[in-house]
Amino acid sequence: MLEIALKGSPRYWGWLFFLATLIGAGVITYLYQFQIGLGITGMSRDVSWGLYIGQFTFLVGVAASAVTIVLPYYLHNYKKYGRIAIIGEFLAIPAILMCMLFIFVDLGQPMRVLNVLLHPTPNSVMFYDMIVLSGYLILNLLCGWVILMSEKKGAPPPKWIKPFLYIAICWAPSIHIVTAFLYQGLPGRDYWMTAIMAAKFLSSAFASGPSLLIILCMLIRKFTNFDPGKEAIQSLAKTAAYFLLVTIAFYLFEVFTAFYSGITSHQYSIIYLFSGLEGYSKLVPVMSICVLLAAIGVLILVTPPLRKWEVTLAIGAASTFLCMWLEKGITLVVGGFIPNAFDRVFEYWPTLPETIITIGVWSFGFFVLTILYKIASSVKEKAIFDKYGEKQIKA
Amino acid sequence: MSNINRREFLKILGIGTFMGIGGWSMFEVVGKGEIEAFAEKYKKVPGALQAKRWAMVIDLKKLDQQIINDCTEVCHRIHNVPKILNPKEEIKWIWDEKFKNAFPELKDDYMSSEIKNMHVLVLCNHCENPPCVRVCPTKATFKRKDGIVMMDMHRCIGCRFCMAGCPYGARSFNWRDPKDYIKNENPEFPLRMRGVVEKCTFCYERLDRGLPPACVEASKGAIMYGDITDPNSEIRKILSSNFAIRRKAKLGTKPSVYYLL
Repeated sequence: MLEIALKGSPRYWGWLFFLATLIGAGVITYLYQFQIGLGITGMSRDVSWGLYIGQFTFLVGVAASAVTIVLPYYLHNYKKYGRIAIIGEFLAIPAILMCMLFIFVDLGQPMRVLNVLLHPTPNSVMFYDMIVLSGYLILNLLCGWVILMSEKKGAPPPKWIKPFLYIAICWAPSIHIVTAFLYQGLPGRDYWMTAIMAAKFLSSAFASGPSLLIILCMLIRKFTNFDPGKEAIQSLAKTAAYFLLVTIAFYLFEVFTAFYSGITSHQYSIIYLFSGLEGYSKLVPVMSICVLLAAIGVLILVTPPLRKWEVTLAIGAASTFLCMWLEKGITLVVGGFIPNAFDRVFEYWPTLPETIITIGVWSFGFFVLTILYKIASSVKEKAIFDKYGEKQIKA
Repeated sequence: MSNINRREFLKILGIGTFMGIGGWSMFEVVGKGEIEAFAEKYKKVPGALQAKRWAMVIDLKKLDQQIINDCTEVCHRIHNVPKILNPKEEIKWIWDEKFKNAFPELKDDYMSSEIKNMHVLVLCNHCENPPCVRVCPTKATFKRKDGIVMMDMHRCIGCRFCMAGCPYGARSFNWRDPKDYIKNENPEFPLRMRGVVEKCTFCYERLDRGLPPACVEASKGAIMYGDITDPNSEIRKILSSNFAIRRKAKLGTKPSVYYLL
């Protein structure tokens, strides 16, 4: 099937070339970081994780969100998702690859990364994260590829793939729960040490993932002959709407706990993010934009006419995605480190090299995504009708 | 382990070779338990100071600027700790904090400014229940049998999970090559490279030579150390007759560094 990726329009090649340029810039900047050390980033002894680990955390959610399509389709036989199941599975693959790359670029001694395997340490959550992430990558590659292959041949998917599909469905939440455990099990980091963390991770993932899928489906429809289907997009929008509301609620639960209990150490990070602490307020604009985007997202996704009209839906989905990205990809990680163990505020802001490396990793993800979607849409275009007899290509 | 002399080493080597030639691996002839017992025998360095659990008591009343400077200076000098002035990239094993920062949970509006700004020497607490050890994915940081929380800087992958896990800010990361920031290198202590985490190691290398931790020696009696499991040790006597506090004790980490007010 890979040969399909080698035939494409000039626009396809142009896009890949553009991404390759960004990847190249990322690689060169990474070599600089490799040479000098992580001192070229905005991280410090007080805020010792930053943009990289934030992206990792966010993207684990994006990967896990494939389950919002796969579960209704395979467990509840929700036929509208028949066409886009592959879109979800193929989103998970680059998302996991990006997660792994973000961990890699964050390591101080990347050449020693295999120490995690050479000295397996079951008391570290990182150990389980490694297992669940690589397992999820393999499951999605296997399921996505096998099913698409059989679709290409015009045959039903082989029976032996079924157990793997069910395992993948159960596996998806585990990757994000384990990632939340990286944070919520640490003493002395009050912003993270809350049982709602894992639940909030899942809900925000199931809001941001479907939002991204809505946009990707619209792009696929625009640039290929394959039509993911209006109903499928609408269903994704409903999923995103519910989980966006749940995520906001979970955040407010946290705010209630911190402020009604009156325990000041639980309040500091929240105060820092929303209004600044001791005159330090670098992340206040980020958090304000986040709140604004959440409001736009809720307004559009919850109001039926706005959700149904695809122009506003695209705006609502983009707002939700960006909102969750700002919350999980930046403020969650940095906010947890402020104030530091000595009740002092040291702020963080990513540097230019750090940003270029981050863009490089994202570009790599989109590069892989483009190739996978190119393959999927080409196969789907040829199939014309899906197995339920519904037309797959645009009229 | 380091005190196997040449004669003994050759003897072991000889036996090993003989076994090898005979087509037997050493493990088949000698039981695993015997090897461990053998190794255990050589683990004990003659003259080394030993304890079931090392601990420290720091008397804040006896600390002054001079003692604090001496303690930090000697520690950082003998352990090749780079002197980086940029607070973002600073590397510290033991350092001076104000009381209100070392014990933020005890801060009080009506506390005298004298106490608020009292000098406190802070360092790794060598917790009995160390979160850094729990989270490390490679066992690069681990707890020794004598309670010292150790660092293997050659195994550390630099993921900094331990820094997120430590509630005491006791861990430093080499954001760039530390060699450029070390003036007089101590050849007896290993240098670190960029990209690894480091911290106080309770002067394990001095204990092995029968010497107290360098900060204890430089503190003119302000810092005491000993085996906290031994009811007759100096520190146990101090703790039984004085009120001592530990940093963030409610977190359940069980720090081994006590402070007298």
